[in-house]
Amino acid sequence: MDLTKPKTNDLAVEVNPGKGDFLIAVGDSIPITLGVIPFGITCGIMGITAGMSPVLIILMSVLVFAGASQFIGITMIGAGVSGWGIIVFTTLLVNLRHLLMGMSLAPYMLKLPLPFQAVLAFILTDESYALTASRTQTDKYSGCYQLGASLPLYIVWILSTALGVFLGSHIADPLSWGLDFAMPAAFLVLLAPMLVNRSSLIVCLTAAVAAVLGAMYLPGKWYIIISCLAAVLAGGLLEGGKDNGQ
Amino acid sequence: MDNKILFIILSMALVTYLTRVGSLALFRFTGIPVWLNRWLKHVPIAILTALIVPALLLPKGSLDLSLQNPYLPAGIIAAAVAYKTRHIIPTLGLGMLVMLGWRLI
Repeated sequence: MDLTKPKTNDLAVEVNPGKGDFLIAVGDSIPITLGVIPFGITCGIMGITAGMSPVLIILMSVLVFAGASQFIGITMIGAGVSGWGIIVFTTLLVNLRHLLMGMSLAPYMLKLPLPFQAVLAFILTDESYALTASRTQTDKYSGCYQLGASLPLYIVWILSTALGVFLGSHIADPLSWGLDFAMPAAFLVLLAPMLVNRSSLIVCLTAAVAAVLGAMYLPGKWYIIISCLAAVLAGGLLEGGKDNGQ
Repeated sequence: MDNKILFIILSMALVTYLTRVGSLALFRFTGIPVWLNRWLKHVPIAILTALIVPALLLPKGSLDLSLQNPYLPAGIIAAAVAYKTRHIIPTLGLGMLVMLGWRLI
């Protein structure tokens, strides 16, 4: 967390244990990656139902790699929304939450080589952010860990989209399998060790209330942004009152 | 038609990447303001909570606090196990078991 340290020092420490970090992250990402499979299959099936060509459906997963906005984009394409602007604008709004995650990881990521930053940003998702942020809090940040937390998800997302395209509508709704419970379960394991004091509990409770209200009344993924802003504000103000200048 | 969809996909990819790289690009030039650090440290808890709670309380998109919602008991058990063990296998295993059992009864 000490940002005044010279850059080169930090890098030397981070690059060495890279391979180990990568593999640890791949292991940590398994439950979350499994949980993504039904969503990828659903994405492929939706694309076929919307009348898109198989190549384009898979290309979308390769290039966009953002579940919620792909679902919305495919639905709009299927409904014959004529203006491309509205689809792209909706995609932008749904994905704005990435700015917050990028901000949170920026102090560490900016110390990595630029091409590495560019790649890690391309495969940044809710899931890889969750794993990386948790590891950063309990141990320390590592670029290789982030890569290992992101890459399996990317590959599995593309493969499961392709599987959905292949299966078409021959199978019943894969989201009813209950495998989507893997994601909240994995996130609970990441969250539990972070709740160590009163202010972290208050941040968590504020986020929970704001997220539920936001999910009830706001469109798309705005509930994540609103809940994050509300909780961060609550936490910041709480601590600001206690220890000024820290 | 396909060309138009391809164009839409490329545009979606571009704006999505902009959201992912935006903060890095900005801070690369401005540096990270010191005051921001104090606020940013709460972001992980906030985002994790925002990803978990609606997935359990609004699994179909609307608030469901009834006994018909298997994510609720499964989530409560999973939260307790996660807090106690801090390990994914018992957390996911017991959670899924509760969910399956809940659907059977």
